[in-house]
Amino acid sequence: MEEKKIDVKVCLGTTCFVMGASNLQELIDSVPKRYGDKVEVTGVPCLGLCSIDWKFSKAPYVKVDDDVIKEATIDKVFAAIDKKLGNS
Amino acid sequence: MSDMSNDTVRLKKEILVRIVKAFLSDSFEDNARLIPFDMRPKGCEVPYRCCIYKERAALRNRVMAGLGTTLENDDERHTLAEFVRRAVNRKRPDKDVLTVLESACQGCLPNAVFVTELCQGCVARPCVNTCRFNAIKFINGKSVIDQSKCKQCGMCMKVCPYQAIVKRIVPCENVCPVGAIAKGPSGLAKIDFDKCISCGKCVVACPFGAVHEKSQLIDVLVRIKSGMKVVAMMAPSVAGQLPCSPQQLNTALRKMGFYDVWEVAVGADVTAKNEAKDFMERMERGDKFMTTSCCAAYNELVKKHMPEIKPFVSDTHTPLYYTAELVREKYPDSVTVFLSPCVAKRQEATEYDTIDYVLTFEELGAMLVGFNIQVAKCEETDFEQFASKQGRGYPLTGGVAESVRFSLGKNSDKVKPFVVDGINKMSIRDLRRYAKNGACEEGNLIEVMSCPGGCIGGNATLNSIKTASKAVNAYLDKSEDLNLD
Ligand code: FES
Repeated sequence: MEEKKIDVKVCLGTTCFVMGASNLQELIDSVPKRYGDKVEVTGVPCLGLCSIDWKFSKAPYVKVDDDVIKEATIDKVFAAIDKKLGNS
Repeated sequence: MSDMSNDTVRLKKEILVRIVKAFLSDSFEDNARLIPFDMRPKGCEVPYRCCIYKERAALRNRVMAGLGTTLENDDERHTLAEFVRRAVNRKRPDKDVLTVLESACQGCLPNAVFVTELCQGCVARPCVNTCRFNAIKFINGKSVIDQSKCKQCGMCMKVCPYQAIVKRIVPCENVCPVGAIAKGPSGLAKIDFDKCISCGKCVVACPFGAVHEKSQLIDVLVRIKSGMKVVAMMAPSVAGQLPCSPQQLNTALRKMGFYDVWEVAVGADVTAKNEAKDFMERMERGDKFMTTSCCAAYNELVKKHMPEIKPFVSDTHTPLYYTAELVREKYPDSVTVFLSPCVAKRQEATEYDTIDYVLTFEELGAMLVGFNIQVAKCEETDFEQFASKQGRGYPLTGGVAESVRFSLGKNSDKVKPFVVDGINKMSIRDLRRYAKNGACEEGNLIEVMSCPGGCIGGNATLNSIKTASKAVNAYLDKSEDLNLD
């Protein structure tokens, strides 16, 4: 049976982009390099989290499957992927 | 350029967003006053400083800078609400574009070179022998530097086989190319505005975020709200700074109440042609080189520190200057706002009546977040004025020189461009030498940019140079060449 790919969504909505997701665009190149085809990564429009969570202002957001990473950084995303893959 | 993964930059942007949200709320004064408390409510974790009160004090200062206040003479007696009132009512922004937050300044230990415990007390002792100032002695079998004699030349660091000698630096002092920021009598950083060229390098360098731009966000918001014709002029470096096209940004700006939106690339086309003409005249009269004149920090550098190079600087005005002139011609009663990658342009704006305000890309981004605008969902609105590929290419390293070369048409082989990619102590030394010799061995058209990477590396940008330059290049591919007739 083919294994399900891990799905990484980098939010490129206005709030996330301004608060630092511009930097996370690098993931779109670096994730496939690091994990091959085990992980799929895409830049997506506003995930809708910024309007709910603004009071705590934790943008930028990245989703790794269903887990939301707040104040996402490249390292945090890698760590989340590693955990899913069981090689932490 | 601004480091996007840096917490101080995040903090600054978050505060700007909160200021915009407070402005749009039903009680600006009250909600602005509460920002430090909303960000550090009672009982919350204290992420950076010694206690919650110190954190709030620093946040309060950041809000003040975001409101455009000069912090240097703050006596701490007024509430943020009072500063909101002042910001709303001021007719002109305060002079000097930067301000130091004493509450955030760490008062770093002064610059010094010293020997660490890695010193093995070797027999060769190259440090002792290399020091030209006789500042290194052997004490208890280890090298020790006599700070009263040390000139911090760093020679001993280079020769130590164990790399045991290090230099402790004050980040702001270290990065300032003109020695304009230094520790005052209190031990805290102080800017000497007679020397400051507003390049913004200290803003980026300070790991405590203690140097701030004085924002003009409120000035702009107030004027939009009062129904004035506020016209945005977008620096060409804006392409790639937000997740949308310049045409979508045009729409987004109109949604926030801007009356019209222009590309400063329009003025860049005028600069390119004038500068090409200027270049030819200078070469014909026998000059050996000419430097560009569009970087605001470089122009300040020439004025305050390097008058000897002035005769070699092109007399052409900046793209912003020409754009603002055209906007004023079309709308004499307009309020003009430049959207800028750096704080240096705010200094330039103070010199011309045609340029009223400057918002950095960070401030623009905060405004879009505050207004809740998803730029990627905006329709495209085309610009009324034509801007060329060359004008739109200004923000890339070498882009200005390229536009001049292109504008020279059949004479374009006369130019040999050379780029000074970043103003620092070393490039300043080189520029002085060119001025003294009246010649530059590297080329005859010198493009000088304060920020490495060009304007897309500006101190208040939102994207990395790499991704931003991709976006600018994609925009160039869609643009037409400058018409030379
Ligand atoms: S912009 Fe990322 S969640 Fe809205």
